[in-house]
Amino acid sequence: MKRIRWIFVCAAAVITAFTLTVGIRPILALRPAENPAGGASVKIDNFSFGPADVKIPVGTTVTWTNRDDVPHVVASDDKLFKSKPLDTDDHFSFTFTKPGTYVYYCAIHPKMTAKVVVQ
Amino acid sequence: MADFIRDNINKDGIDRRGFLQCMAWAGTGVLYTLHGGILKSLPLMQGAANSEHMAKMKGADFSFIQISDSHIGFSKEANPDVTATLQIAVDRINSATAPPDFLLHTGDISQLSKPSEFDTAEQVLKGAKAGKIFYVPGEHDVLTDDGQQYLDRFGKGTKGKGWYSFDHKGAHFIGLVNVVDLKAGGLGSLGSDQLKWLQDDVKQLKSSTPVIVFAHIPLWAVYPEWGWGTDDSEQALGYLKRFGSVSVLNGHIHQIMQKVEGNVTFHTALSTAFPQPAPGTAPSPGPMKVPADQLRSVLGISHVNFVQGQHSLAIVDSPLAQS
Repeated sequence: MKRIRWIFVCAAAVITAFTLTVGIRPILALRPAENPAGGASVKIDNFSFGPADVKIPVGTTVTWTNRDDVPHVVASDDKLFKSKPLDTDDHFSFTFTKPGTYVYYCAIHPKMTAKVVVQ
Repeated sequence: MADFIRDNINKDGIDRRGFLQCMAWAGTGVLYTLHGGILKSLPLMQGAANSEHMAKMKGADFSFIQISDSHIGFSKEANPDVTATLQIAVDRINSATAPPDFLLHTGDISQLSKPSEFDTAEQVLKGAKAGKIFYVPGEHDVLTDDGQQYLDRFGKGTKGKGWYSFDHKGAHFIGLVNVVDLKAGGLGSLGSDQLKWLQDDVKQLKSSTPVIVFAHIPLWAVYPEWGWGTDDSEQALGYLKRFGSVSVLNGHIHQIMQKVEGNVTFHTALSTAFPQPAPGTAPSPGPMKVPADQLRSVLGISHVNFVQGQHSLAIVDSPLAQS
């Protein structure tokens, strides 16, 4: 009997350990852009930012992805953030920690403007 | 070859008979000449015959070539090999019977300001039999470290972010930088420091001195919706108002556009990398795909001929191939 109980305890321990490592990981992986509660996404294409108006709560990370066939540089008007040159499929992320309206533009093509409103 | 210039009545190198004979040639180059502010264009042949024609027509005191928007590092459908097309442009430069006095590169040398891209561009251009190469940066050349790399490579002897001037055989050349410190929602920008320098630079010149200004983004409002213009170019042009002959050579838009306003002729050059759509004909000004066998006909260089005493430059835009 003792032996069977010991096997059960071991099995339970292994299953618990397995669940904690492998099972939890997929949930953790959902946190960035795919999970709207955790982040916002902006697509850059055809020389424009979409959506051009993003409203987010304080602490949200916005991720810009360039889908255009030219590079773009995401830069805030007040010099708060500036990405490296983003070629096609490159990303840039920034976490907004203070409320406010943040106008940003493409530093290479300054006619491209958009904003992030943080509440 | 027939001598098709017979009666040089106005001493402008062409007469009606000659014009009609010129028209008979299917050409890939187009000669724009200005006489008294009126634009005339004539088709010309490529290569050696072109230069002969040019020599006959103008007896040019000197010539130079404008090359632009090589975008080394770009590698998408619109042109998977921009290095190869830049090499073709260099081959075209070298095929002229008379080498140009120098080259002017009006910017976007690289695609992403990467050292390897600048290296490749310099390597290819080194093969041009053209004396010196003068550069001004495009917005693609100043993407990292505030354009310091551009200055290190091409900015020796320049001021500020890379502006400068030089004299050549009686003409005054001014290289301007309108691609740094761009503001949200704005166009190209020269900035107050550069404008102050420009005002000073031309102060001592006689109004009869021919002035040639070159900068990347057009110094006139080609199409502001697409950023094709410079916010403070009016101020710059104001300093040049008194000059009898001003030519403005730009790039950035990857197509030929011309405008004449009083004594000022504006001209934009083709790219050696890829074409862009005409204003408003596409959702955005990005690289425009054309059938592969047509690509070379929408890329090109500009031969510029300067004749002492003439009102303006004669500019010949030469596509890399016949379409």
